[in-house]
Amino acid sequence: MQARAGLMNPEDRPRFFFTLAVFVALAAYPLVAGQFGIDLVTKVMIYAIFALSLELLVGATGLVCFGQAALFGIGAYAVVKLSPEYEAASVWWLLPASVASAAAYALFMGSLSLRTRGVYFIMVTLAFAQMAYYVVHDTPLGGGTDGIYLNVKPSVALGERALVSLDDPRAFYAVTLAALVAVFVFLAVLLRSRFGRALAGIKANEQRMRATGFATYPYKLAAFVVSGALAGLAGFLFAVKDSYVNPELLSWHLSGSVLIMIILGGLGHLRGALIGAFAFALLQEFFKSEAIWGAFAKHWHLGLGLTIIACVALLPHGLVGLPTQWRTRLTGRASGNAPGGLR
Amino acid sequence: MSEAQPDILLKGRDITRRWGGLVAVDGVSIDLLRGQVHAVIGTNGAGKSTLVNILSGEIAPSSGSVELLGRDVTAWSQPRRAQAGLGRSYQRTTLYHGFTVFENCRLAAQARHPRPWAWWERADRCARSNDAALAAVQRTGLFDVLDRTAGLLSHGQKRQLEIAMCLATDPQVLLLDEPLAGMGAEETDRMLALLADLKAGHAILLVEHDMDAVFRIADRITVMVNGAVIASDAPQAVRASAEVQAAYLGGH
Repeated sequence: MQARAGLMNPEDRPRFFFTLAVFVALAAYPLVAGQFGIDLVTKVMIYAIFALSLELLVGATGLVCFGQAALFGIGAYAVVKLSPEYEAASVWWLLPASVASAAAYALFMGSLSLRTRGVYFIMVTLAFAQMAYYVVHDTPLGGGTDGIYLNVKPSVALGERALVSLDDPRAFYAVTLAALVAVFVFLAVLLRSRFGRALAGIKANEQRMRATGFATYPYKLAAFVVSGALAGLAGFLFAVKDSYVNPELLSWHLSGSVLIMIILGGLGHLRGALIGAFAFALLQEFFKSEAIWGAFAKHWHLGLGLTIIACVALLPHGLVGLPTQWRTRLTGRASGNAPGGLR
Repeated sequence: MSEAQPDILLKGRDITRRWGGLVAVDGVSIDLLRGQVHAVIGTNGAGKSTLVNILSGEIAPSSGSVELLGRDVTAWSQPRRAQAGLGRSYQRTTLYHGFTVFENCRLAAQARHPRPWAWWERADRCARSNDAALAAVQRTGLFDVLDRTAGLLSHGQKRQLEIAMCLATDPQVLLLDEPLAGMGAEETDRMLALLADLKAGHAILLVEHDMDAVFRIADRITVMVNGAVIASDAPQAVRASAEVQAAYLGGH
């Protein structure tokens, strides 16, 4: 019983230090990076937050949501729609408003779609996302296919004093990294709380959870709303970074991409979402590179797709499962813990 | 407090369930008393599991009522009934296969003090659910395999864990759907000893095919055929009934 109450299980230690090392590397990266690198990694960190939001649903609760981009896009559109046209909005109300918009749509989407299960849930979440997509795409509200520009980025100030300028790419990089670390720690704490264990139970066996006395619907709905809020946060950062939004932010392509990120990284692990977002972005950059592929680079979807198929076929537990897979191959035996257990 | 509680902990009245034209459960009434093992026997398809599902709230009856600890719970959801003291096990083992034995029980115990909004508190530091889980594990004889992944247990141990998870929620009524299925003689003996031990504090409904076991443990037996009760009496009387002999018991 003593070991159980300890600060950290011995087998969790390498995972903890791996994650810590990733964050330290990200913090040190601006010291060596140029403009292009800063811009790329900022974007990938935003996708990592987005992937973490979906990991809470798919990996932690077992709810495969195929409409996550709608929540991301609503968070992003809220930034542009709520900002005054020619002056800076304060981040102190714009960020909560943007996150709350996404959470509100998640509440609406979740309360109805969670009445279905399995493949129907996937389809219903897709339908809700498409609904939001067409509202943005085809009504005056969303500014159509061309999207909308954000004229002035929001200000981060205490009283009259500006704390940080979001126009400075390096400052924005730091803000994004801080958000990523905060989201990661928040989810890590959440998942080991009673709420998080209940979500794990719902993923493992919802019928048994109900028989035990857990009303599972409110748990799933709460997870959905939290996930929506985090996706909204990612959307907020994305809109501020580019000062531009368009309907593609809500498209099913993006919902699919973020699903692929967490599958590639390894479902059921927070660091899987982190690794998956980076792997996906690097693969995309690699296959898009004209220096490597020449004229063929415009067919980057093909190379990316084939690589992902190969990864899913060869790495059943994603990239996070690689060390275990190698160890198993080297020692010729499986480790004691079955997959899908405690994270 | 215990004097105030009725001895009939669960009362089913005229429970009927139709699936289209098929009547799976036909006007069944059943009482579960504290200190009694009430066995429900019958051929496959007699409606025993459907009856358990209705009593536990997993499916709604077409008509009839269920009373738990003196309150009408017919309209209550399954989680609410479980919260009120109704535990059940499943015919097909339903565990959290990737979790350890202890975590299976701890999560079950958590249902009693869920604190779903205490997001900053670690679940594994919850003393109340840890204690309840440990007690359930010890009572069912699984202490030696506390840290083993549930999916790696032997069949008999999995069935024991099913019971342990029920006990961890501190129920008053236990609905056990074939807890002895697929067990060897030794495992059966152990499980029957456990049921005998649990009897004092609980009302137990036992759905079971192993007739030797049923006659060893049951205080009352209800026989179902085609969804209806054809006999409900003490074991000796049921054994002696010509109708039951003809319908079901054969050589016993």
